[in-house]
Amino acid sequence: MHETPLFSYALRLADNALILGHRMSEWIGHSPVLEEDLALGNMGLDLIGQARAFYAYAGEIEGKGRDEDKLAYLRDAKDWRNVLLVEQPNGDFAATMIRQLLFAAYAHPLYAALTKSKDASLAAIAAKAEKEMAYHVRHSGEWVIRLGDGTEESHERAQAALDELYAYSTELFESDDVERALIDAGIAADPAALRPEWERTVNHIFSEATLKTPPQSFAQTGGRTGRHSEHLGYILADMQFLQRTYPGAAW
Amino acid sequence: MTEQKTEQHWPLWEVFIRSKNGLSHRHAGSLHATDATMALQAARDVYTRRGEGLSIWVVPSNAITASDPTDKDVMFEPSESKIYRHPTFYDIPDEVGHM
Repeated sequence: MHETPLFSYALRLADNALILGHRMSEWIGHSPVLEEDLALGNMGLDLIGQARAFYAYAGEIEGKGRDEDKLAYLRDAKDWRNVLLVEQPNGDFAATMIRQLLFAAYAHPLYAALTKSKDASLAAIAAKAEKEMAYHVRHSGEWVIRLGDGTEESHERAQAALDELYAYSTELFESDDVERALIDAGIAADPAALRPEWERTVNHIFSEATLKTPPQSFAQTGGRTGRHSEHLGYILADMQFLQRTYPGAAW
Repeated sequence: MTEQKTEQHWPLWEVFIRSKNGLSHRHAGSLHATDATMALQAARDVYTRRGEGLSIWVVPSNAITASDPTDKDVMFEPSESKIYRHPTFYDIPDEVGHM
């Protein structure tokens, strides 16, 4: 792969946002209540908006004429750089809210740090996204508290979702050579530096929710370099079908 | 059975939104939510998606005391014949402008 670190970095940010945004969109019409249908749809739109901005910028950096649509619809699973957490299935409502909290509590300080990036485009996209993710933390956090500290059944479901998804959180704070060069140049945010704030945020919510933070036993990782769980293939099949079948279709 | 189900429903909330500084909050609609915090978030998600608001109030619907519709003659008809209560009997100097 001959690509610049900045292109890879923008693509990773975009892929995380689009895959999680797509997962949110899968709830539309299936939410427990109308109010939440709109809330999930709003969060999905925030994420897809972030993805579009990062894709547009990635395409510009690459300079090969790939726009946001080409990057989203015409790449195979091995070329996607999203973390494994965001491609995990929606499961029940508790699983969706736990996943949203784990990701948003990471993305919020990430974007806050990126507003100080020496790359003006990344900083501008991050400034808008930061506020959006602050709301995602608030909304998913309030739900996690209510589900965890709710009925016996909601507590069990929330704890089961947390036990299942927590292993995917380690990957959020990993970095590789691609990112380290950018971190040293003051362009990318150092993911490891985001971890203390993430832990403060989620642990505070888990303790209010009477949920037990699972032990860090093993980490599910590999998404950034294209090693994905089976779920991504199904997402792409669904998301890319139209453009693959009718290339260039527009309406 | 029906009663039990009703009890499990989330309470109803009335949503009031202020669209601009200086204006008053106006009733936007209602929604169901588990509690005040979630009602506020739901109001934001349901009623301010197109930049409608700068401030939101949510009020439990059962906290509102409403006038009885069958009372409307007694309540409101007496004011209909008192046109002198409208401030339309004064000449306003042009310099005052729009009031």
